[in-house]
Amino acid sequence: MDSQKIKNIPGPDTISTFTLENGATILSFSNFNSRSIYMIGILNGGGVLDPSKKTGLAHFTASLLSRGTKNLSFSDFHSQLESAGANLVFSCGSQHAWFKGKALAEDAELLFRLSSDSLRNPSFNREYIGRLRNQLLASLTIRDQDTSEMASLLLDRYLFPDHPYGQPIDGYIEIIQSITRSDIIQFHDQVYSPADMIIVVAGAVDGKEIRNLSEKYFSTWKKNTAVQLENKLVPPPPANIIRKHKFIKGKSQVDLLMGCFSPARTSPDYMPVFIGNNILGQFGLMGRIGKIVRSKSGLAYYVSSSVGAWSDVGTWEFSAGVNPKNVKKTINLIRKEIDRFVKSHVTDQELDNSKSHLIGRMPMSLESNGGLANAILTMQRFKLGLDYYQKYTGRIKSITAKQILTASKRYLHPDRLIITSAGPGEEIT
Amino acid sequence: MNSKIKKHVLENGLTILTKEIHHAPLVSHWIWYRVGSRNEIAGKTGVSHWVEHMQFKGTPKYPINVLDAAISKVGGYWNAMTYLDWTTYYETLPADKITIAINLEADRMINSIFEKKETELERTVVISEREGNENDPMFRLSEVIRSAAFDQHPYAQQVIGEIEDLRTLSRGDLYNHYQQYYTPGNAVLAIAGDFETEVLIKELTQKYADIPASSISPHIKVTPENKISKNDQITVEGPGDTVYVQISYRAPRATDDDFFALMVLDSLLTGPASLSMFGGGSISNKTSRLYRKLVENDLSVSISGGLQATIDPFLYDILAITSPEKDTQLIIKSITEEIDRIQNNSVSQVEIDQAIKQAKALFAYGSESITNQAFWMGYSSMFADHTWFDAFIGNLEKITKDRILSASQKYLDSNHRIIGIYRPSQKEND
Repeated sequence: MDSQKIKNIPGPDTISTFTLENGATILSFSNFNSRSIYMIGILNGGGVLDPSKKTGLAHFTASLLSRGTKNLSFSDFHSQLESAGANLVFSCGSQHAWFKGKALAEDAELLFRLSSDSLRNPSFNREYIGRLRNQLLASLTIRDQDTSEMASLLLDRYLFPDHPYGQPIDGYIEIIQSITRSDIIQFHDQVYSPADMIIVVAGAVDGKEIRNLSEKYFSTWKKNTAVQLENKLVPPPPANIIRKHKFIKGKSQVDLLMGCFSPARTSPDYMPVFIGNNILGQFGLMGRIGKIVRSKSGLAYYVSSSVGAWSDVGTWEFSAGVNPKNVKKTINLIRKEIDRFVKSHVTDQELDNSKSHLIGRMPMSLESNGGLANAILTMQRFKLGLDYYQKYTGRIKSITAKQILTASKRYLHPDRLIITSAGPGEEIT
Repeated sequence: MNSKIKKHVLENGLTILTKEIHHAPLVSHWIWYRVGSRNEIAGKTGVSHWVEHMQFKGTPKYPINVLDAAISKVGGYWNAMTYLDWTTYYETLPADKITIAINLEADRMINSIFEKKETELERTVVISEREGNENDPMFRLSEVIRSAAFDQHPYAQQVIGEIEDLRTLSRGDLYNHYQQYYTPGNAVLAIAGDFETEVLIKELTQKYADIPASSISPHIKVTPENKISKNDQITVEGPGDTVYVQISYRAPRATDDDFFALMVLDSLLTGPASLSMFGGGSISNKTSRLYRKLVENDLSVSISGGLQATIDPFLYDILAITSPEKDTQLIIKSITEEIDRIQNNSVSQVEIDQAIKQAKALFAYGSESITNQAFWMGYSSMFADHTWFDAFIGNLEKITKDRILSASQKYLDSNHRIIGIYRPSQKEND
C-alpha cells in the first residue's frame, strides 16, 4: 500500500473540532471527492437509561423524533427531507441515542435544521405515538419469529443477567403496549441534552460552514440537567457452560450463538483480542472456525466470530446457521477451536496474514463519507485520540502472538460460554 | 478526475470495461458471467448458484486455502453472487495488488477442480443456505408468487434451487454447467479504481488472451413472458404473528423504454429505491402515495416496492406488512385505488421532479464507493450494456406525465397480477 496516496485518513490536522458552550462537540472532515455529506450524532438517551419495567422506552422515544416537531408536522418534516433526496433517522443503542443523516452537499443546512428541531422540539403527537407503537409491535412479532434475533436475545439475557445490556433495546411486546405519552415526554425531558453530545460530519463541505451551522442550530440549546449514565457494574463472566434453546415452530434452520465477554474498547487487551478474533473467525473464509465448520465439515452456510466493545465491556460471539441435526457437532467443533486458540500461540503466518489484512482494509473502511464519519466518531467517543487511524498501522504491527494469547485467555474459555440457539428442536430452558 | 468508461474486447470475446478513479488507492475487480437461474432447466435448478460456491474450492494453481488467503492477506474483500441473469465474482483491494485478482479470476475461469469430495461438502452448505431462506416468511411467499407469475419461464424458480434438485445434482451437472458458461465470450470484466488503463489492459490481455473462445453457444432458449396470464390470489400459511401482502405485476425488461417510467412510478407509489446492491444510502418513503394511503391510515405498518433490471420481463412487487386483525382485502383495494388514480392522470410534474431528484441523490451516494462503480458497469452489461449505466439519469430525466400514465396502464393491470398473502397459521403456532 502506497502510504503517500492514502489521503483520506482523518487526523488532528484535517479534522475540524470545536465545542459549543452547552457542551456539544462538533467534528468535521472535508471530502470533496463526493457530492454528498453524511452526519452522525450521539447523545444521552440510550437503552441503559430505560427505567425499571420500561424496557424499550429509550428506543420508542428516539424513534419518535422523526415523527414531527412543534414547528413541523410529520408530513412537512418528511416532505422537506424527501424532496431534497435526503435522509435523517433517529434511534438508540444501549449507551446513546443517535441520529444519522445523508444529503447532497447543497442541503447540509437542512440536516442541521431538522436534527436540531427534532431533538429539541419533538411534538410527540398522540396519533404518531399510536402509529409508531403499532409499527414497533409488528417488528417485535417479526423478531419473535426470527431465529437469529431470538438466539441473540437469549445470549444477552444470560450473559448480562440483571444488567441493562441483557435487555433488548426495542423492548418487549407487553411493555411497548403499556408505554404512555407522559412516559415518553418525561424521558425526553430528563435525558436529552446537548452536554456530551458529539456530532460528526464528513463530505463535500468545509469546516467553517459546519461550524456556522452548528452555532446557528445547536448553540441556543441550553440544558445541562440531564440524567447521566449510571455505570452499573457488569456481572461476572460465565463460570461454566449455560445452554439455552428457543423452539420456534415451522423453521428449517437453527441459528446458533456462543458468547462470552471481550475487552472494553479502551482496554489494552482490545487490540490483541481484535487481531486474535480475526485469526479465529474472520480472516479469509471466516478464519479457523470457518475452515473447520464450513470448508472441512460442510456443516453451515455461515459461521464466524466477532468482537463488539463498549466503554466498559465487550462481547465475543461465535455464530452459525446449521441444520438441527448438526447443532451439537457444530458446538463441539467451535469449542475445540476455542480450546486450541487459548492453549497455544497463533502461528507467525496467521499473525502476519491477519495484520496485513487489517492494515490493508483500513483505507476501504474510510472510502465513503459514512465510513469517515463513523471512524471519527469512534476516535472521539472512546477518547482514542484523533491520530488513532493515522497510527493504526503501527499499532497493529506492534501486537505479538504472546499478547494475543495472554489477552484472549482472560476472556475466552471453551467451558465458560453462554450457548444459545433458536429454531427447530426441543426447548432448553 | 474520474474518467469515462472504456471498452476493450479481446479476440476470444472477453469484454473488458475500465474506469479510472484516483481518489483512493483502491481497485475493484468484477467478473460477470451471463448465467443465472434463467439458464436452468427443471430438475437442475440451483446449479448456477452451486457452481458459484464451487468456484471458491480451488484450482491446481490456487488450492482452496491459498485462494482466500491471497486476497484477504492484502486487506481485500471478495465475494460472489448469483441472480436471475448473472453470476458475478468481485475483489476490492489495494490498487498495487490488482494482479492477485487478475491472476485468480483468469485462472478459475477455466481451471477450477470441482473435486467430488468438495462437491458433497458443499451440498450440505447449499442446503443449509436454503434452510436459512426458508426461515423467512417472505421467501416462502416469493416462491409461490414467482411460480404463479410465470407459465414456462425459468424466472419462476428461486435462484437457490428446489430442495429436491439440491439433493440430486451431481458433480457432473455442476462441472458441465461451469464448462458451458464460464467462457471469455460469456463474460464481462469490469474494473474501476486507481490504475492506468493502458497498463491494465496490457496485463489483462496477457492473462486472458490465451483462454480459448468457446465454440458452443451457452444459452438455452428462453421465451420471454409478457402479461401475467391470470389474476390470482394465493394464501400461504406459516408460523408467526405477522401478515405479508404482496402484489406482483409483470415489469418491462431493463432495455425497454418503459423501464424508466416504471422506476419513477415505483418511486411515486412506494418511495425511492436504488437498483444498486451495494446501497450507499437510502431515502425514506413517508411522502409516497401508498405510505400515506396505507401506513398513515393504519392499514399496514410498512410499504415497499421492488423492481429489478432483468433481461426478460420480470416482476414489479408491492409489499405491505400488517397485523392479523387488519383487513387484507382493504389493503389490496387501497393499493388498487391508488394505482387507478395514477391511471386516471393524477400525477403532477412536482412529484416527477421529486422522484428524479431522489434518484440523482441515490446515484450520487452510490458513486462514493469504487466497488459500487465497478458493480454498475458490469451489472448493466448483463441485461443491456455499459451505456445503460451512463444514460441512467438522462433516461430518468426524460420521463413525462404521459409516459407514466401509459406505463401505469400497461403494466399495473389489476386483471393480470398475482396477489400473495402470508398469514399466521393457528396450527403452526400451536
